[in-house]
Amino acid sequence: MSVMFKISGVAFAAESAGETEGDAHTETAGAHGSGDDAHGGTFPPFDPSTYASQLVWLAITFGIFYLLMKRVALPQIAGILEMRRDRISQDLDEAQRLSDESDAAHAAYEHELAEARKRAHAIAQEARDEAKAETDAEREKVEAELNEKMAAAEAQITKIKQDALSGIDEIASDTAEAIVKELIGGTVTKAELAKAVSGK
Amino acid sequence: MANDPIHQFQINKLVPLDFNGVDLSFTNSSLFMVATVVVTSGFLIWSTSGRGLVPSRMQSIAEISYEFIASMLRDAAGVSGMKFFPFVFSLFMFILVANLLGMFPYFFTTTSHLIVTAALALLVFGTVLFVGFMNNGLNFLKLFVPSGVPGILMPLVVAIEVISFIARPISHSVRLFANMLAGHITLKVFAGFIVSLSSFGALGVVGSILPLVMTVAITALEFLVAFLQAYVFAMLTCMYINDALHPTEH
Repeated sequence: MSVMFKISGVAFAAESAGETEGDAHTETAGAHGSGDDAHGGTFPPFDPSTYASQLVWLAITFGIFYLLMKRVALPQIAGILEMRRDRISQDLDEAQRLSDESDAAHAAYEHELAEARKRAHAIAQEARDEAKAETDAEREKVEAELNEKMAAAEAQITKIKQDALSGIDEIASDTAEAIVKELIGGTVTKAELAKAVSGK
Repeated sequence: MANDPIHQFQINKLVPLDFNGVDLSFTNSSLFMVATVVVTSGFLIWSTSGRGLVPSRMQSIAEISYEFIASMLRDAAGVSGMKFFPFVFSLFMFILVANLLGMFPYFFTTTSHLIVTAALALLVFGTVLFVGFMNNGLNFLKLFVPSGVPGILMPLVVAIEVISFIARPISHSVRLFANMLAGHITLKVFAGFIVSLSSFGALGVVGSILPLVMTVAITALEFLVAFLQAYVFAMLTCMYINDALHPTEH
């Protein structure tokens, strides 16, 4: 072990420090080795006299550490993480529930709206039908009145026409009588005149 | 003495204890093992004692380390590996805090001693062997027989697998030990250059700026290494546990 250290010390010093540094280094190492009676010049990590103590204390400390972690620290942290996970999933469930609720409300609103729209349609249709029936009745009445007036007017026209026509016969026979009197100088009977005027 | 980069690894007896001729003294190494346990357990238990639904910063650190190791173990060894969670978590936190405590000047780095890292690695190795044979019986040996290998190559492949399996605790422990040791020596050497160069007068003082910059940079690197080695140690532990639980899934 001692040899190993000397070699490694010299090699190390030569590659990094140069001659004077290297000498100084080996000197200090030597001085150190002779000064510390317990470990000699041994490179500390390779000194078997410290192994038992290190192993025992490592076993004690690491054993205690393992138990502390397993029994106290890790369950505590795991508990926190689990609590958080539970809380998050609970909150998500709550959010889902609220979302469902709002969906249901929305659907109800839609349904209500459709219903109202349908009702409004029905009312409008009814009003339209009523109005139409009313106008139809009005029109029929007006048409009937008009027809009546038209019939009356036609009757009057026919009467006037007949009157006018009968007036023409009289005027014609009067005229014929006057013409005959002028031309022939005699008189004609009314019956003859009427017969001549009407052409029969 | 102050310039000796090895001195920091010296073990000093604080309370000499002799047990039937075996030296079990309470040393500076023991002190820092106790400090590691007290600091880590104290922090984890104290920071989470509030059980806040919304975590404080300190509680967040504890929760993050918990979930970091939990997800690492779950990814590597599956849900059945979770029964080793306290073990892996303890290993990771112990090594991490021991490494980080070692970054304080004048503090001792327990993980810079091979015997400590070897003990931890053998603990993992022993656990893997025990759990492997307990869970799978002789099926555990299938770990050494990868599927889809041609018959002729089989003896060679099995030999390689066995050797690499046996080499695991060695590489597992030496990796951590060597990283901590080398890092602390490098740090000390560069810091020593500053002192030695400064003693050469004005030019030396100017020249010592470079090792000063290096020392600062290596300190930052060492903090990274302190975390990384604890991570690597825990990660490998997870993978070895996976082998113990599922030796045929290769």
